[in-house]
Amino acid sequence: MSPGRRGALGLTACLPAGGAWAAAADVGVLGSQMNWTAIVMFGIFVGITLWVTKWAARRTRSAADFYVAGGGISGFQNGLAIAGDFMSAASFLGISGLVFASGFDGLIFSIGWLVGWPVLTFLMAERLRNLGKFTFADVAGYRFDPGPIGTFAAAGALVVVAFYLIAQMVGAGQLIRLLFGLDYVVAELLVGGMMMTYVIFGGMTATTWVQIIKAVMLLAGATFMAGAVLWQYGFDVEKLAARAVEVHAQGDRILAPGTLISDPVSAVSVGLALMFGTAGLPHILMRFFTVPNASEARKSVAWATTWIGYFYILTFIIGFGAITYLIPNPADYFVNGEIAEGLKGGSNMPAVHLAGAVGGDIFLGFISAVAFATILAVVAGLTLSGASAVSHDLYATVWCKGNIDQATELRVSKITTGILGIFAVAVGIVFETQNVAFMVMLAFAVACSANFPVLFMAVLWKDCTTRGAVAGGSVGLALSVALTVLSPAVWEASFGNPAGSAPFPYASPALFSMTAAFFVIWLVSVLDRSEQAARERAAFPAQLIRSETGIGAARASRR
Amino acid sequence: MNQGDVVARVAANPKFPQFVSARNGYSNIMAALMVAVYFGYILLIAFNKPFLATKLTAGGTLSIGIPLGLGVLLFTIVLTWIYVRRANTEFDAARNEIVKDASR
Repeated sequence: MSPGRRGALGLTACLPAGGAWAAAADVGVLGSQMNWTAIVMFGIFVGITLWVTKWAARRTRSAADFYVAGGGISGFQNGLAIAGDFMSAASFLGISGLVFASGFDGLIFSIGWLVGWPVLTFLMAERLRNLGKFTFADVAGYRFDPGPIGTFAAAGALVVVAFYLIAQMVGAGQLIRLLFGLDYVVAELLVGGMMMTYVIFGGMTATTWVQIIKAVMLLAGATFMAGAVLWQYGFDVEKLAARAVEVHAQGDRILAPGTLISDPVSAVSVGLALMFGTAGLPHILMRFFTVPNASEARKSVAWATTWIGYFYILTFIIGFGAITYLIPNPADYFVNGEIAEGLKGGSNMPAVHLAGAVGGDIFLGFISAVAFATILAVVAGLTLSGASAVSHDLYATVWCKGNIDQATELRVSKITTGILGIFAVAVGIVFETQNVAFMVMLAFAVACSANFPVLFMAVLWKDCTTRGAVAGGSVGLALSVALTVLSPAVWEASFGNPAGSAPFPYASPALFSMTAAFFVIWLVSVLDRSEQAARERAAFPAQLIRSETGIGAARASRR
Repeated sequence: MNQGDVVARVAANPKFPQFVSARNGYSNIMAALMVAVYFGYILLIAFNKPFLATKLTAGGTLSIGIPLGLGVLLFTIVLTWIYVRRANTEFDAARNEIVKDASR
C-alpha cells in the first residue's frame, strides 16, 4: 500500500466525517498500551465540560432553554458552535490524510465542504430565524397543515441524523480504540454516556459550549501544527512544496488534480449535494434558532464560514507537512518501517503522527484528546436535533396538535434523548465491521433532496401547498436513498457486487433526486385546487412579511 | 398596538416590496456568484487538468491549481462577509424604518 493508494479511490469512498476510517478498522492499536497522556488530557476536557453542563443544567428549565438555549447565544459564539458542530474528527484526520496521500485532491475535497455556507447565508439564514422557533419543521410548516408537514420534516430530519450518527459512532469507536487503546465497546459506551449527559442535563446550552470549547481546541491545535510546519520552512510555501515533491512517491503529481474528479456528472452531483445539503442538515439549521435575531443569525454563519475555511487551509498545510516529516522517517511512522506497508494506524493517521513529530508526546496526547472531544461535540448536536424532531415535531406538534405544556414537552425530549443515545451506542456496535463510508454522503444527499427543497419552496414560493411540499419532499427522500443503495459506494463496496455492476453509476444522487423533488413540489402544488391550498396561498403575504422583517418572530425568553 | 395592524400596514407600505426585491436581488446575485465560482472550479478540474498543473514560475514547484483552490476558499469567506456587512447595515436600516413606520 503506497501513500498514493487513496488517490485511486472513488469520490464517495473518501468523503469524510466518520466513514473514512472504515479502512482503518483492522489495524489495531497505535501503541501496544493505553495512551495515558491522551487519557489525562481528555479527562481534563471531560472535567471542564461536565462543570459547564452543571452550570447549564441550572439554566435549562423550559423547552426553549432545552432546544435553543433560550435564544440567548451571540452571533460570534454561535458561529464557533456551528464550526464545532461541522468540523468532525474525520474532516480533520480524513482530509489531512487525503492530502498526505494524493496532495491536491484533498484541497478539491475541502472546498466542497465550505461552499454550502454562503448559500445558506444568502438564501436561508434570515428567513429561518424569522419564521422558526425550535426546529426547521416550524419554518417549513409556518402556513401549512402541521400534521403532514411536521411528520415529513421529522422523517427527513431523523433519516439525516441516523445516517450521520451511525457514521460518527463507528468512526468514534475505531478512532478511540486506535488513539487511547480502549476497547471498541467501551469507547461506544463512553461516547454514548457522555453525549447523553451533556444533552439531557444541559440541553442546547451545554451542547453549544461543548461545541465552542471543542472548536477552540481543534483550531488552536491545528494552528500550532500548521505554524510549526511553516516555521520549519521559513514560512515559504514554495520550499514546503518542493520538499514534499522531493520525498513523495507521486512526486510532482501531488500538486496537480489527480483522479478525484474524472466524471463531470458525478462531480456536479456531489457538488450539489454538498452545496445545498448544508442548508438541509437539521442539526445545523437548529443552531439558527439559538440567536436572538436575524442579524445575529447572519453573523453566526459568517463566523462559521470563516473558522471552517481557515481550518481547511490548515488541514492542507498539515497534510503537506506530514509528507515532509513522515515519509523521510519510515522506521518511526510506517508499519515495519516500510512505506509500502502503509502508515501505522492506517491512512487517517498523518495528522496524529505529525502532532507527535512537531510537539512530542504531550502534544500527541492533546491532539488525541481533541479528536475525542470533536466526536462528542458532533454527536451531541446530532442527538439534540434528532430528539427535537421527535419531541417537538412529532409529539408536541403532530400528536398533541400544540396542546402541550412546556414541562411535559421538556420531559419527552429528555426521554427521547436517552432513547437516541442507546440507539447510537447500539448501531455503533452493530455496524462496527460494516462499510459506513457512504453514510455521510447519503445524509447530505437526503438533506439536499428532501429537507432543502421543501424549506426553500415553502418559504419562497407563494403557490406552494402542503400536498406539494410533502409529495415532492417524499420523492426526494425516497429517490436519494434508493439511488444511493444502487450506486457503487453501496452496491459494490458494501454488498460486494463486482466493480462496474452498480445500476446507478454516479457518486451522488443529488443531481437527479433534488431536481425530482423540486419538480414534484411544483407539479403537485399547481395541480392542488383544494380549499386548504387556497388558504395556504392566501397566507403567503403574511409569511413573507414575517420572514423578511422579523415582525412577530419568536424572541429569546431569558428570565 | 395589535400585531395584525402592523402586518397590514407593512403590506400597504410601497417601500416594503422595494426593500424585499432590493435585498433578494442582492442575495440572489451573491448566491449565483458562489455557484458560478464553485462549479466553474469543479468543471475546470474535470475538463482541463493540465492547465491547473501549469507551474506558477518557470522552474518552480507550485502549480496554478494551488492558489486557485485556496482562492476559492478565501473567496467563499470574503463573499459571505461582504453580504453580511451590507445586510446588517444598509438592509437592516431599511427594514427598521419600515417596521417603525408601521408601528406608529
